[in-house]
Amino acid sequence: MTSRSDDHDDHDAPRGHADRSADAEAPGDRVASTANLVGATGARFKPIEPQPAPVKTEGMVPWIRANLFGGWISALVTIAIALLLLRGAYWAIDWGLLNAVFRPDADVCQAARGTGACWGVVAEKYRLIVFGRYPFDQQWRPLVATVVLVALLVVSCVRRFWKVWLAPLWAVVVVGFFVLMLGGVLGLAPVPTDQWGGLPLTVMLATFGIVLAYPLAIVVALGRRSSLPAIRSLCVIYIELVRGVPLISVLFMASFMFPLFMPAGKSPDVLIRVLVGITLFSGAYLAEVVRGGLQAIPKGQIEAAQSLGLAYWQTQRKIVLPQALAMVVPGIMNSFIAIFKDTSLVTIVSLYELTGALGLALNSDADWRPFKVEGYLFIAAIYFVFCLSMSRYSLWIEHQLGRSKTR
Amino acid sequence: MAEPIIDFDKVNKWYGNDFHVLRDIDLKVLPGERIVVCGPSGSGKSTLIRCINALEEYQQGKIVVDGVVLGDDVKAIDAVRRQVGMVFQQFNLFPHLTVLDNLTLAPMWVARMPKAEAEERAMQQLRRVRIEEQARKYPLQLSGGQQQRVAIARALCLTPKIMLFDEPTSALDPEMIKEVLDVMVEMADQGITMICVTHEMGFAKAVADRVIFMDEGQIVEQNTPAQFFDNPQSERSKDFLSKILGH
Repeated sequence: MTSRSDDHDDHDAPRGHADRSADAEAPGDRVASTANLVGATGARFKPIEPQPAPVKTEGMVPWIRANLFGGWISALVTIAIALLLLRGAYWAIDWGLLNAVFRPDADVCQAARGTGACWGVVAEKYRLIVFGRYPFDQQWRPLVATVVLVALLVVSCVRRFWKVWLAPLWAVVVVGFFVLMLGGVLGLAPVPTDQWGGLPLTVMLATFGIVLAYPLAIVVALGRRSSLPAIRSLCVIYIELVRGVPLISVLFMASFMFPLFMPAGKSPDVLIRVLVGITLFSGAYLAEVVRGGLQAIPKGQIEAAQSLGLAYWQTQRKIVLPQALAMVVPGIMNSFIAIFKDTSLVTIVSLYELTGALGLALNSDADWRPFKVEGYLFIAAIYFVFCLSMSRYSLWIEHQLGRSKTR
Repeated sequence: MAEPIIDFDKVNKWYGNDFHVLRDIDLKVLPGERIVVCGPSGSGKSTLIRCINALEEYQQGKIVVDGVVLGDDVKAIDAVRRQVGMVFQQFNLFPHLTVLDNLTLAPMWVARMPKAEAEERAMQQLRRVRIEEQARKYPLQLSGGQQQRVAIARALCLTPKIMLFDEPTSALDPEMIKEVLDVMVEMADQGITMICVTHEMGFAKAVADRVIFMDEGQIVEQNTPAQFFDNPQSERSKDFLSKILGH
């Protein structure tokens, strides 16, 4: 027992306690062995000096202290920025909420001009802004068509639903979308495409623009790296030609020039022409993004695939594209978001999508014309929701793709 | 004498117009033969074995592999590649696929094998290289030696007649070289035709039927390992051996 207590110092409490309870048979023994312990080592109980509590280094308060008030300059800047932010927030709440007019009453809005926002303009005109010139009593049709299309887009984004039935479902929804929008069958009143407008037109152009431009871009990017000179030059010419002109001029040509070259009355619908224009334009930009990814694939990957006997398209599909596209997800999503917002340019050819429909709604009505800012904030919020969703989705994709790289 | 499975007949190859990388290569390899190719860097040894599965084109002469002439015929090249497995210095595993998917890719897409059968065969090959417990991991989660063993298993999945190794241990840490060489020695015992570019002279002595020494695009000397190492004939091979064995 004594030799053991030499090995273990007095403060080795749990072990010492176990020793004692194992050895002890009577209370008297325990006292004796404790006395033994002290006596044998000759050590005395010395409490550790009390120390100041450690400085807290985690949590919000220490973080604020370290990062926002680390020194005089830092503290001053923090206070200045905080004041600015508070001032801005105060103004926004004051203008946007407290003094705002929510009722669609033009006279009250007039009175509040300069001091409060007039959200009444949205309440008054939202049907026109969201659906454009689509016949008022038929607007349930674009509503249903767009909700179904957006729902399908969301479903298509989730890995769990990447099944065989997704392709026929897309076919059904696309056909359904156009039947519902165009009408003329199933007892629906016909609505020509030049009356389509607002958010349904924006969503439709962006969706089909993206869905068509993406595969086009992949084929063109592969073509530009082809070993066949004819295919390579064709792809280079296409990319350089399309990138060399602004989208507006492409839309302008699609809308006004193209019919001139066609026999009278044979030209496809303006919506189709514009959609083709957007697709070709975006396809060229996307192709260069995709090519960036293709270039980053080491030659050894392709050689390994070849040495296993994989053919060209198998190699591209199974080895090159999955890695190349994964690398350029941020660039691709950049292009998708750009396509979504670029659809606002179709106003130039008299298709009134969301931005155009806002102009249409306000310019035609002298009472509400002054409240454009509120109207633009409204559609900006709509654009923002769509673009933010796309950007968040791209982050999720990146996270999914990054899993094979984590050790 | 048996028909050679690989036959180089006066093969010449240039990179661009001026770099003559293979000069008048004549080489016959018999089925089941195990050959080690060595030589200084830039001597054309990698190019030589890359010609066998048509990763490189050649300009003059004729290469026949397993009775098929390698030329412009893509179908012929695909047929040859199914008979020839290759292992690279940098492993070249597909990082976006799991180990198992790396192995089942060719059986499923080239040999059109059902998935279950391809996976069974893949697991068999993974057991052969003693790494079956890593089947569900991604390549980058493995060590270099493990990755190279997966690469060997992948090349074996289509049961090739010929295996090509292009400096399989040069990118490995020293303590991982042995685990890869062990797998290769086991393979050599099973009668597959092997051509290996390597400077692992211990491996050459242990398994090679023939050592080929290349310099400046030519086959300078070929002999049994015993003869080549103990009694090299040319000045250049003597010089080369003194450098790699000297340290």
